[in-house]
Amino acid sequence: MKLLSRLPGTEELKREKIYVIFLFLGLVLVAFVFITLGDMLYRQTEDFPTLIDAVTNSVVLKAIGISISMAIASTLIAFFFGVPLAYFLARKDFPGKSIIEGIVDIPLMIPHVVAGIALYGIFMRYGVIGAPLKRLGIVTTDAYLGIVVAMLFMSLPYLIDTAREGFKEVDPRLENVARSLGASHWRTFREITFPLAFPSILSGAILSWGRAISEFSAVLILAYHPISAPILIYEKFTSFGLAASRPISVLLISICLVIFVLLRVLQGKRNY
Amino acid sequence: MIEVSDLYRDWKEFSLKDINIEIKENEYFVILGPTGAGKTLLLEIIAGFYFPDRGEVRIAGKEVTNLPPEKRRIGFIYQDYSLFPHFTVEENIEFGLKLRKSASPDTTRKRLKEIMDWLGIAHLAHRYPATLSGGEQQKVAIARAIAIEPSILLLDEPLSALDLRTKDYLREELKKIKRELGITMVHVTHDQTEAMVLADRIAVMMRGRIMQVGTPYEIFNKPQDEEIADFVGVENILSGVVRNNENGVAEIEVDLGCNIFAISDYRAGAVKLFVRPEDIILSESRGESSAKNVMKGRIEALDDMGSLTRVKMDNSLVALITKQSRESLGLQKGEEVYATFKATSVHVVR
Repeated sequence: MKLLSRLPGTEELKREKIYVIFLFLGLVLVAFVFITLGDMLYRQTEDFPTLIDAVTNSVVLKAIGISISMAIASTLIAFFFGVPLAYFLARKDFPGKSIIEGIVDIPLMIPHVVAGIALYGIFMRYGVIGAPLKRLGIVTTDAYLGIVVAMLFMSLPYLIDTAREGFKEVDPRLENVARSLGASHWRTFREITFPLAFPSILSGAILSWGRAISEFSAVLILAYHPISAPILIYEKFTSFGLAASRPISVLLISICLVIFVLLRVLQGKRNY
Repeated sequence: MIEVSDLYRDWKEFSLKDINIEIKENEYFVILGPTGAGKTLLLEIIAGFYFPDRGEVRIAGKEVTNLPPEKRRIGFIYQDYSLFPHFTVEENIEFGLKLRKSASPDTTRKRLKEIMDWLGIAHLAHRYPATLSGGEQQKVAIARAIAIEPSILLLDEPLSALDLRTKDYLREELKKIKRELGITMVHVTHDQTEAMVLADRIAVMMRGRIMQVGTPYEIFNKPQDEEIADFVGVENILSGVVRNNENGVAEIEVDLGCNIFAISDYRAGAVKLFVRPEDIILSESRGESSAKNVMKGRIEALDDMGSLTRVKMDNSLVALITKQSRESLGLQKGEEVYATFKATSVHVVR
């Protein structure tokens, strides 16, 4: 305590006890995440050759490539349909609005296995959507499309909810003024509303993308093949144990973290 | 110029009922009313941001009730300025200019510079709104609105969030805009001083209705009923019965137990009397005065309001006197004084 009291700002901390206590409580969770991942990364550095093996293994690279690219596809689809919905929900009040918002959030609540089974039910060959698609020659199960469908279902609430909150923070009066200055509603959306809500939309997209990459259960049921990273990791773990699955895990989260950090940096660049 | 007829609109906690107003070209029209009266909503309907449930809005003789705002060419200024935070001052002002069909980069630049010089904000051109003071932001908002050369400028509580000095300064700027650009201006406020200083005409709005339209003199001295009188600061509201009327001078017996003379055509019946507190003169003796009404009272309270003092008497009258006359009379609490006011200062309504 003697040492502590010499640090600048200690008096301030004493006056703000609640923050100190809450910080220590919160640090439990931060440590939980940090130690879990840190331990995995640290142990991997002790076993560097297997990591090199993973980096050079074509099956591993393909699985990671599939995960990343399918998650991007899923996020783009969520963006294309979700951003308009988010804007609509942010601006309009109507009876039944909470029902729509509830439906959007269902994927957050249900077990992923259950979502996978439900998706399988409609996308399989005889399913409500699967059957007509099959007639067009499109197969969803055990195909790239299946991975995207499973990822999209599980990740769409993140993008829609975050984007909606972002749009809500854009004062409708800014839109009013823009229109009084002669801008059409479309142009107002393009030049005022969307750019101002963009940081939130990007946050939502990042969350959604991260959620899509990590989706396991629903993808497993709908499309075990082509094999994506989480499934490959699980397969290695059940067949060969921790040592075999860890390098792939480390590689996957390393790539994800790099992308995540890059996007955050990009988002942080605001000059107003 | 702007005609609003039989307009109704329900919106959240506000509703507009039976709105009929006619605003003339080049007029400075103030809509004055308490918070929650629906003033902003009315302005937003004129601008086209919202549409009425019923009724009509005409601008320059043309029906625009369902025309979107971008087709109306009406400048709009909000209380919080609503500058686009991701644009610099220059980009904010340019926004509307660039959208004009006739806009070429050259004319846009020229006009931009002209406006910024005129309002004295050229030095702010490359700053972002978040770095500006309230007064500066409001000037940018004004510049942005007048850049598109609107024929009408709508202002929603434009001075309310500013400190006194800035407020005074911008009030003069608004007068200058009206004078030099010849724009029809509609200004919404709850501030009586603002209304009095700026308005050619005032509409008093309460609970979604237009209660009275008139010149500042009419609104502040001849309010139509007790509620308006109370809102515009007529602090002396008396009830009485007309006992006599000679050549347009009514003698009214008031509840206080004395008779008051007023200019009125009423010959009998119950009436309300309004006397503005600044129309009452206080003196220590009855004295010789041309004023018709003299009432004796004891001072109950003296409230210092800066340059004015508000004197409350036990006969329920309230007078506003200058600091000077307070000092020269040496007024003290508990002292007896005579309150004098002219018959012409008394406004009588049924």
